[in-house]
Amino acid sequence: MATLAFIVADGIIYASWLLIVAVGMTLVYGVMRILNVAHGSLYALGAYTAATMVGAWFQRGYVPLGSFGVLLAAALVVGVVMGLILELGLLRFLYGRDEVVVVLATYATFLILEDVIQLIWGVEARPAPQPYSLLGTTSVGPLVLNNYDLSLVALALVVGGISWWGLTRTVAGKVLLAVIFDREMAEACGINVRRVFRVTFLFGSVLGALGGAYTAPMISVSRGLGVDVIVLSFAVVVVGGLGSIPGALLGATVIGLSRACAVHLLPQAEVFAIYLIMTLVLIVRPYGLLGRQRLRKI
Amino acid sequence: MRKTTSTLALLAMVSGAATSLIAGLPGPAASQGEKYRVGVVTLLAGPFAASIGVPAKNGAEMVAEAINNGTLPAPYMGSRGIAGRPIELVVVDESTGTAKQVTEFRGLAERRETDAVIGYLVAGSCLAVAPVADELKMLTLFSTCSTPRIFEDGDYKYVYRASAHLTPDGVTAARYLLKRTPNVKTIAGLNWNTAYGQDAWRDFRLSMLALKPDVEAINEQFTTFGGGQYGSEISALLAKKPQVLHTAFAGGDFEAFVVQMTARGLQQGMQMVMTAGAGSMFRLGDKLPDGAIIEDRGPFSFFARPTALGNWFRTTYEQRYGTMPPYTAYHMGQTLLALKIAADKASKGSAKPAPEEIGKALEQLRFEAFGTTVHMSRSKGHQAVTESAIGVSKFDRAKGVPTVTDITYYPADCVNPPDGVKSEAWIKSGFKGAKCE
Repeated sequence: MATLAFIVADGIIYASWLLIVAVGMTLVYGVMRILNVAHGSLYALGAYTAATMVGAWFQRGYVPLGSFGVLLAAALVVGVVMGLILELGLLRFLYGRDEVVVVLATYATFLILEDVIQLIWGVEARPAPQPYSLLGTTSVGPLVLNNYDLSLVALALVVGGISWWGLTRTVAGKVLLAVIFDREMAEACGINVRRVFRVTFLFGSVLGALGGAYTAPMISVSRGLGVDVIVLSFAVVVVGGLGSIPGALLGATVIGLSRACAVHLLPQAEVFAIYLIMTLVLIVRPYGLLGRQRLRKI
Repeated sequence: MRKTTSTLALLAMVSGAATSLIAGLPGPAASQGEKYRVGVVTLLAGPFAASIGVPAKNGAEMVAEAINNGTLPAPYMGSRGIAGRPIELVVVDESTGTAKQVTEFRGLAERRETDAVIGYLVAGSCLAVAPVADELKMLTLFSTCSTPRIFEDGDYKYVYRASAHLTPDGVTAARYLLKRTPNVKTIAGLNWNTAYGQDAWRDFRLSMLALKPDVEAINEQFTTFGGGQYGSEISALLAKKPQVLHTAFAGGDFEAFVVQMTARGLQQGMQMVMTAGAGSMFRLGDKLPDGAIIEDRGPFSFFARPTALGNWFRTTYEQRYGTMPPYTAYHMGQTLLALKIAADKASKGSAKPAPEEIGKALEQLRFEAFGTTVHMSRSKGHQAVTESAIGVSKFDRAKGVPTVTDITYYPADCVNPPDGVKSEAWIKSGFKGAKCE
């Protein structure tokens, strides 16, 4: 029973982290049909910026709890600035091009940004662990959980809730859904698709940077951070269904719980558990759990 | 007659001046302007570049510069270059994958005309490159790539390693742990699912069983290299409650694990054994709990002996790079030094010594390195051994710096298998032939 409680708790925490990282990627794909490999760079930039800002915050002796605001501010700054640079400087020239060309362009951007990160922050690791132990722990029987991890669950709920509310309960969301379902028809109805693209990409970028910023206190921020994240995000998005936000939630939950099961019950399988799940899902449902088959327009 | 005398005097003067000039040349005579090109391969990108890859490059550059200037402390003071030629380093990134490493190695040997190649941190790179080195007859000195399998499973003519392999880390940790806490009953491991991680856990677990057969390994976790998220692993360990946790994590993963485990109090009531963690102590500061048994993969950094060479290495590195050198910097430095000593020894006349001659000089070579003595005494003189060192972490709150207390050194023959014996078999035999006095 205790093991089950551990699995559920660990699975939900890991799924929350995956959801924050992956939801931006799936949103961008759903609206813009861009599989943004540079999402990993936004995550890394968010982590580096947050680590630097949090370090400066504590060095100056400001109120420790204020560091949570610093993490969010770092994500916002990186997401908006980099989102604008990438959308205005690169992606808008590629709209309408083949999806493979766009993937290659974002991959090239990812490689360039990896070097930009090295130019700015060098090769030294940037630890910023202070916020991670600020909130204390919660004990339920043998289960000891860090409240920072629980705040990650709350953050994921907020991100998921805002995305759901924005998409289903606002005019802007309905416009977005119209673009997702039929871009050409939406454009014919007078929707400014370019503007929708820009806003969507900015929102996706902020979410990518938020994932990095909120993870920074848990790790020692160092080079190559974005690589694993992009692979994991891709796994979540593919399992859930490319472009589906509920799919991302389901994909993150399935992968999070699978990994926790592997660690607790069969540790040797931890490394490939995620990819095993992805393979099985793709065999049974090639378009992901909540993805839908699209008709190719000729 | 007077004219003849003057001419003879002039000839004598010129020949005397020439003789003194030749006598004054450092080392064996070399062709003018010719350099000794050394390929240096290390991780320059990816999650381990900062913690171990770039420091290895720094170690090579610092030692090469000192050798070129003749400023290494005694007993190498004034001895410049390799075989009388200034060293020129050709640095190559190791983070590009195993297959690419073979191509890069061929490039170093054939296109970039290096005289020798040193370095490599990743076990997979070394296992892939070793047969190619023999095929190309390229003298290659591995600096780290920890796995003992290189010379245990292979026999190479042109390949050497001037640092100890991984086995002494686990043996040292087991001996030290049982000396301090003899009543250990349960152990667990959290390591990477790589050759390094699996070998490290195997050596520690088998050593514990050899020294105390009633010890039980109750949890074995193998995680992704560079994973960074250890919430589930920490929960599993909290549930199992082993008395001892062994990890050979290093760099960013080690730091992430320490931050995450201390926040959840995993270290309370559990003895940590961290065989490659010392290099992260300055970055972690007071986040690393006091009382962790810690190593730096040999007698390096906190554990380096305060010899003239050891002090020079640490002080110069700290002044230049602003941090304590980790083990990979020492490994690379002592590997370049081994190459220099062997090449100088093999050098005759003005020609560059052949790889075979340098190789012969490397076999059974014993030399003073940076804070320890290196002896190329295993695997027919291709594999080095050094003493090992271990201690306990303690953060000095008054000075605000991490320290290591209760440092213990183990002789090389106590923690390394004898020549010709495989590590696993040696540990299982109960360390037959070990000399620990």
